[in-house]
Amino acid sequence: MKTFPLGGVHPPENKLTAGSKIQKLDIPATVAIPVSQHIGAPATVSVNKGDSVKAGQVIATNKGFVSVNIHSSVSGKVNKVDTLIDTSGYKQTAVFIDTAGDEWLETIDRTDELKTEIKLSSEEIIKKCQESGIVGLGGATFPSHVKLTVPAGKKCDVLIINGVECEPYLTSDHRLMLEYGREVLAGISILMKALKVNRALIGIENNKSDAIENLETLAASFQGIEIWPLKVKYPQGAEKQLIKALTRREVPSGRLPLDVNAIVHNIGTAFAVYEAVQKNKPLFERVVTITGKSLARPGNYVVRIGTPVGKLIEAAGGLPENTGKIISGGPMMGKALINAEVPVVKGTSGIILVPEDEAGRMESQVCIRCAKCIAVCPMGLEPYLLMSISQKNMFERAEKERITDCMECGSCSYTCPAGRPLLDFIRLGKSTVIRMARERVVK
Amino acid sequence: MSNILKISLSPHSHSPETTRKLMFGVIIALLPALFASVFYFGYGAIIVTTVSVASCLLFEYLIQRFVFRKPVSITDGSALVTGLLLAFNVPSNLPVFIVIIGSFVSIAIAKMTFGGLGNNPFNPALVGRVFMLISFPVQLTSWPVPGGFGTGYTDAITGATPLAIIKEGIKNGEPLSQLVTQIPTPAQMFLGNMGGSLGEVAAVALLIGFIYLLVRKIITWHIPVSVIGSVAVFTAILWLINPEKYASPIFHILAGGVLLGAIFMATDYVTSPMNHRSQIIYGCGIGILTVIIRVWGAYPEGVSFAILIMNAFVPLMNSYIKPRRFGEEVKNG
Repeated sequence: MKTFPLGGVHPPENKLTAGSKIQKLDIPATVAIPVSQHIGAPATVSVNKGDSVKAGQVIATNKGFVSVNIHSSVSGKVNKVDTLIDTSGYKQTAVFIDTAGDEWLETIDRTDELKTEIKLSSEEIIKKCQESGIVGLGGATFPSHVKLTVPAGKKCDVLIINGVECEPYLTSDHRLMLEYGREVLAGISILMKALKVNRALIGIENNKSDAIENLETLAASFQGIEIWPLKVKYPQGAEKQLIKALTRREVPSGRLPLDVNAIVHNIGTAFAVYEAVQKNKPLFERVVTITGKSLARPGNYVVRIGTPVGKLIEAAGGLPENTGKIISGGPMMGKALINAEVPVVKGTSGIILVPEDEAGRMESQVCIRCAKCIAVCPMGLEPYLLMSISQKNMFERAEKERITDCMECGSCSYTCPAGRPLLDFIRLGKSTVIRMARERVVK
Repeated sequence: MSNILKISLSPHSHSPETTRKLMFGVIIALLPALFASVFYFGYGAIIVTTVSVASCLLFEYLIQRFVFRKPVSITDGSALVTGLLLAFNVPSNLPVFIVIIGSFVSIAIAKMTFGGLGNNPFNPALVGRVFMLISFPVQLTSWPVPGGFGTGYTDAITGATPLAIIKEGIKNGEPLSQLVTQIPTPAQMFLGNMGGSLGEVAAVALLIGFIYLLVRKIITWHIPVSVIGSVAVFTAILWLINPEKYASPIFHILAGGVLLGAIFMATDYVTSPMNHRSQIIYGCGIGILTVIIRVWGAYPEGVSFAILIMNAFVPLMNSYIKPRRFGEEVKNG
């Protein structure tokens, strides 16, 4: 069985919700929809206080190429346009809507009928993705239409679908592959048409054997889609690692997957593309895993974008007494939330409630030079060195040591037996080096 | 519940491994060899080991408490490992006062003067051992003959190690085919029934410890295998050239400290290089230097010197030999 060769760790999987069917979460009384839920320029608000909106209606329009539309996730009245603190911990603009009923735009097909015939052309699909607000749903939230637009001179010969879900706890992609396998595969066919490729590889870690079996059976009726089981190892869901595992191609340092003729999209994204193209439904809800060791009823829910995280926690049995930390995303790369008011956004793959005794960090001790951080780094970097030179402000050296290759997977900090905050300092060094490089370009 | 949520950057999860667990893992891996030593050399092995460990802990405590005036961290297990390894590298009849001097050199001079755990360039136990070897050459080279648990301590019957017998014999022009009759058979050597340092004799016990270290992922195979492999290859070449003048690779690996050095001394985290490429170079360097010292040098045994010499190259290797980077093929593209 395949996997990526360099580094990697095996954190406990804790997939508590792997067997929980996807349920619909009740629509909350109010939603708060941030205008920046993607990488790139925030969308421009196009509604005013007091406006009536329907689910699926555009409430903020894209600003430039690397930007997407934002849609209302509910029907009701715009209460205000204000700032809130989002997942990242920063303030940003959001549209607050008071819910009334559940009216969708008439153009949206609300039936469950499977549509596999693709009527749109490649260009139309790409345009549809931007209009429908499709972004990478694995967590990075890079606008999908940008990735689908292959620049002149570049070539894509294979589409890679990320069904790895290597983060512990998260199961939203797993459940999608099990329960909506046909729709996911139809979505992949649409992506293939957009990219004009005739081969797609779905990489799935073999701890999801039921999903692998399901897709293998269903894939027989789709052209050119192959299912590849992978050995479980974190961070296999990282773009470069997944391409390496599936095709043996190695994306050169500082380059993109397209430089090895590959494009990677996520399972959730493929599902969203299916809904956008075949059902005319913009991205205004997504599957979110709500989980935690002390939670009464962990599960997987379809959640309207803008729903406060607290509503999701309520549905899962309420906030446990011993909660010490709320994470949006996985435990390896997710972000700690400041409170339960933070809204679910397009990039929210899961919410993890961490018990108090696991929420803290161990005390940092001296480096014993055990070299475990080097052994686990999937990019072949030397985290101990990057940390110490970043601490000493030696940023030119950090650049030479390829600090910008770091994708912040956290394997080094996870492994360090001395509990050193390796990644914290590497982030500091990396962002400084990127800023320095930008300033050089400006000069 | 507390109303305060913890906020920190990812990762929010940590492996169960800690420095202390790694150190105690090394101690567990050393136990088979310690038991073997007590089995062959009697209570002398217990006395030397106890004194060495206790004095290492005491010196580390005193220096941290009264010189550094910092929190004392002797419970992290590192001084315990140094104490054990120091004892493993000396004869089991070594007088207590020499053991204490060796511990002082190991901890105070080789470790704490550089700032303590993580900062020392040379393996502390080996610095202590070499200091004792140069200062007390007679006591450090009179090896008790294995006599079971009842063997006396400082009044033990002593004899030469197999390495010394071979070295002396070859110097006097005796052919190897005759010399081998004076040394234990490979099977006896594998089980540890020969003269030598307290912890180095029983190959079988050291290999059990090696397997444990590998299974627990405390060390990787790179350093031990390249040390043992390079000793084997180098001595095999010499042996094939002239089997009457050069001993066989099996003899070289089983006699003396190659296994103890390769598995436990050369793999010391602090003083060994940090990526697999340089670990292999480092290991081969130790193996080759060991054979050179054994065959052409003044001492019958060279593992300690070889490791210390290679220790000196570690900072250089860490700076100039880089691990294989992901996507390194196209560097300037």
